[in-house]
Amino acid sequence: MAETTLVHPKAAPGTIPGWRGIAADWASDQRAFKNVSWGKAMMWIFLLSDTFIFSCFLLSYMTARMSTTVPWPNPSEVFALNIAGKHIPLILIAIMTFILISSSGTMAMAVNFGYRRDRVRTAALMLATAAFGATFVGMQAFEWTKLIMEGVRPWGNPWGAPQFGACFFMITGFHGTHVTIGVIFLIAIARKVLRGDFDRERRGFFTSRKGYYEIVEITGLYWHFVDLVWVFIFAFFYLW
Amino acid sequence: MTNAAVHVEGQAAQHALQTYVHDAVASGAAHTKGQQHPIRLYLVVWGWLFVLSTCSYLVDYFGIHGHLRWSLILLFMVLKAGLIVAVFMHMAWERLALAYAILLPPVLVLVFVAIMMFESGYTHLLRTIFFAPTA
Repeated sequence: MAETTLVHPKAAPGTIPGWRGIAADWASDQRAFKNVSWGKAMMWIFLLSDTFIFSCFLLSYMTARMSTTVPWPNPSEVFALNIAGKHIPLILIAIMTFILISSSGTMAMAVNFGYRRDRVRTAALMLATAAFGATFVGMQAFEWTKLIMEGVRPWGNPWGAPQFGACFFMITGFHGTHVTIGVIFLIAIARKVLRGDFDRERRGFFTSRKGYYEIVEITGLYWHFVDLVWVFIFAFFYLW
Repeated sequence: MTNAAVHVEGQAAQHALQTYVHDAVASGAAHTKGQQHPIRLYLVVWGWLFVLSTCSYLVDYFGIHGHLRWSLILLFMVLKAGLIVAVFMHMAWERLALAYAILLPPVLVLVFVAIMMFESGYTHLLRTIFFAPTA
């Protein structure tokens, strides 16, 4: 009782530690996620639903791989490249992983500069992130082309279990689509940052709402999620 | 009403006040200007992500096999995912009500994983019994 009466109604409600705090937030009036704007909460909830989509893809891949009696193609060999006469296993995927991690780093710093209202640096870092993302998609296109030339199809491949192609195209294709959408999203927001929309609280073309620098963090959440999904794909599809 | 409650439950109220003040300093201040953390923190996490990715690549490069391979892959994967979610996505500084709402449901996917493992084991058994290539 005291907790609720003492706090001034207009002040930010205090945090009660542990499970009691969670229960208090969820049982409270009007909103469960205190201190979190609706935009950020909605992005998190969208990402949660996207987690289930990718979980289902990886689960169907697991089921196919565990139930087949034909040996699974060795990803270490399938994704090997010959660079300067040397045969290096899985090197393309390793480079793609480092590119995506770098893009996450630049994105995290863009969010930081956004909250400091440093327009130019925020936009530059977001565009760098978008460039890394575009490079990633380009390398994925190269990888797809290479595998298709070698005869990988959704219904078969020269090395083993025919489900390999279906899993590969479905999982990496869906991830690549997410990266592509992220690049477009990043460029659109970087343009708004550079134009100073969030300093002048200019109303959006589509929503007619004022924009805030928080959108940089929300874009960042989406981008880091794309990186996060790649961590799981890298572990389960390429390394396993 | 407010005053009466405070007088009666003086001690509890003081505790609540302390909690409130503590929050205003700890997370409240951070939230008014958005998530503000030193750049150095992001660079350190970035470095660790590079190290962990290199480690998981080396698992494949040196051709480690069996249970050691799988446990190393899972270990590096979980560490990387944890760093990204906690620091880059700022989940470490969010209120627990949001953190638990987002992080607990994906854990339940493990139940689905268990179900599908039984299912694929069964399918594999049927395939070996009835569809094994006859010599």
